[in-house]
Amino acid sequence: MALEFKPAVVDECRKIISRYPQPRSAVLPLLYVAQREFGYVPKEAEALVADLLELPPADVAGVVSFYTMFHRQPVGKYVVQVCRTLSCAIMGGDNLADHLQKKLGIGPGETTPDGKFTLKWVECLASCGTAPVVQINDDYHENLTIQELDRLLDSLR
Amino acid sequence: MNDIVFKGIDTPNLRQLAVYEANGGYAAVRKALKDIKPDELIEMVKQSGLRGRGGAGFPTGMKWSFVPKVSAEPKYVVVNADESEPGTFKDRELMEKNPHQLLEGIILAAWAIGSHKSFIYIRGEFAHIAKILEAAALEAEARGYLGKNIFGSGFDLDLVIHRGAGAYICGEETALLDSLEGFRGQPRLKPPFPAVKGLYGGPTIVNNVETLSFVPFIVNEGPAAFRKFGTEKSPGTKIFSVSGPVKKPGNYELPLGTPLRKLLEEICGGMLGGHELLAVIPGGSSVPVWNKDYLDVPLDFESVAAKGSLLGSGGVIVMSSKTSMVAATLNLTRFYRHESCGKCTPCREGTYWMEKVLGRIHRGLGMPGDLELLLDLCSTLEGRSFCALGDAAAMPVRSSILMFRDEYEARIREAAGGKTPETAGSR
Ligand SMILES: Cc1cc2nc3c(=O)[nH]c(=O)nc-3n(C[C@H](O)[C@H](O)[C@H](O)COP(=O)(O)O)c2cc1C
Ligand code: FES
Repeated sequence: MALEFKPAVVDECRKIISRYPQPRSAVLPLLYVAQREFGYVPKEAEALVADLLELPPADVAGVVSFYTMFHRQPVGKYVVQVCRTLSCAIMGGDNLADHLQKKLGIGPGETTPDGKFTLKWVECLASCGTAPVVQINDDYHENLTIQELDRLLDSLR
Repeated sequence: MNDIVFKGIDTPNLRQLAVYEANGGYAAVRKALKDIKPDELIEMVKQSGLRGRGGAGFPTGMKWSFVPKVSAEPKYVVVNADESEPGTFKDRELMEKNPHQLLEGIILAAWAIGSHKSFIYIRGEFAHIAKILEAAALEAEARGYLGKNIFGSGFDLDLVIHRGAGAYICGEETALLDSLEGFRGQPRLKPPFPAVKGLYGGPTIVNNVETLSFVPFIVNEGPAAFRKFGTEKSPGTKIFSVSGPVKKPGNYELPLGTPLRKLLEEICGGMLGGHELLAVIPGGSSVPVWNKDYLDVPLDFESVAAKGSLLGSGGVIVMSSKTSMVAATLNLTRFYRHESCGKCTPCREGTYWMEKVLGRIHRGLGMPGDLELLLDLCSTLEGRSFCALGDAAAMPVRSSILMFRDEYEARIREAAGGKTPETAGSR
């Protein structure tokens, strides 16, 4: 079955588009809507967004691939994003990253077989004063120790 | 400390309009829209000497005055809330805790240049802060501070909060505009500067969150009150974001010209136990690193530059003897390689090769001549890339070789072993 936005979602998209002087500006917000609806941004979703914006699908694909926050493949229920930039790295972020790989048995960019967790390395999250930091979906978890991270992940299982 | 933009920052519920108003909020907007002509407002900001807090320190009033008075294209105010410079986390606290102060700054800026549409471009990861801003904007609109005919002044202003989606380069103002227009976020050739030809080709001012957050104070208290803080050429206060192994990392608003020693030793309480100061990056990752001999430098734009670094965004990254400078430089170089937008060759290729060479030095596989090779790569980036990301990438490399050459050379000498040293920051 072809992928579609529900009518209410189409309305939401049109409302977003109307906020901008030029429709094309709504490409990121619409891609966020698509990601929220489908869990990731499959090719067909790019086409839906392109349709609403009256753009060639290739233009939307070009945008999607430029940014790190759109998932082009399905991801786990929880996307665990470890900051690896300097302030976090020197405050123990490297250890968190090593620990997560062992604990989850996956590397960066991979998802656990049960579909629960996807692991990602990310760059500075503007949380350096409370390093090390891990973002899980939209939430920041700061000043993390390995023990706290374990407790956090166990509570999500 | 915390004299202007952080004043009362921890007041409970300051995010709520009523609480902000009870603490004097929106008085500047009420005053300006009634009694201060746009030109006078620009003049006030000029006289205050306020300089951009996003990194470049460009005089804000002057930037505003470049916007043509009459324009066929609509004019725009765009807030740079991308906060992606490693080591910087101040705009986040300003927006989380006092969103209305920023909104007030935006309204004042829009009044000054005659703009009726503004955007906050906020980094995508700040989803929770975007929600705080949305809520604040709704409240402000309901109360008549945003929207049509603000307090019967005939002045309209619409505000859109726009999330980026993960790309450091979108903090660069022209890449930000491309991103906001719905393209890949790649920088534009300057000139024309955004003030003349920016968003959708219209005159646009792009200002940092912290910069705009200062404007209500300048309007309420006057330029002279602002100049009571700081130095002649770097007036006012600035938020410093301190990270690394100090006792009390965090954001501190201090008069410009405060010595680095005071910030690190008094305010941040010195180093954590077991750590000895090794190096400081004073202005976000894109500025040259210092060794520990620079503690007495006053933190203002001129003094920091005179000592070979830059005040930048005020992101002070502290490193201790437990950190290898080679590993730290490799970490930042990997960052710039990852974030290079790929538009120009010197940056795309230069960051790639710098990471490779640093990586092999770090892994104990360095070769004689590698430092010269790295410095040579720096030269191909400095001033030769399309935007300042290339220069930024060269800064940590050149400066750390200058300051810590011994460590690099020792590691190259010991290269025969070929094993990874046990240090943080190498991933
Ligand atoms: C690679 C790069 C990244 C930047 N990132 C940011 C940023 O995250 N936030 C910011 O305010 N300015 C950033 N800037 C600076 C902006 O280009 C611009 O100078 C600033 O938004 C102007 O605002 P201001 O005058 O109020 O400082 C960056 C510049 C470069 C070259
Ligand atoms: S370095 Fe990790 S949040 Fe800044």
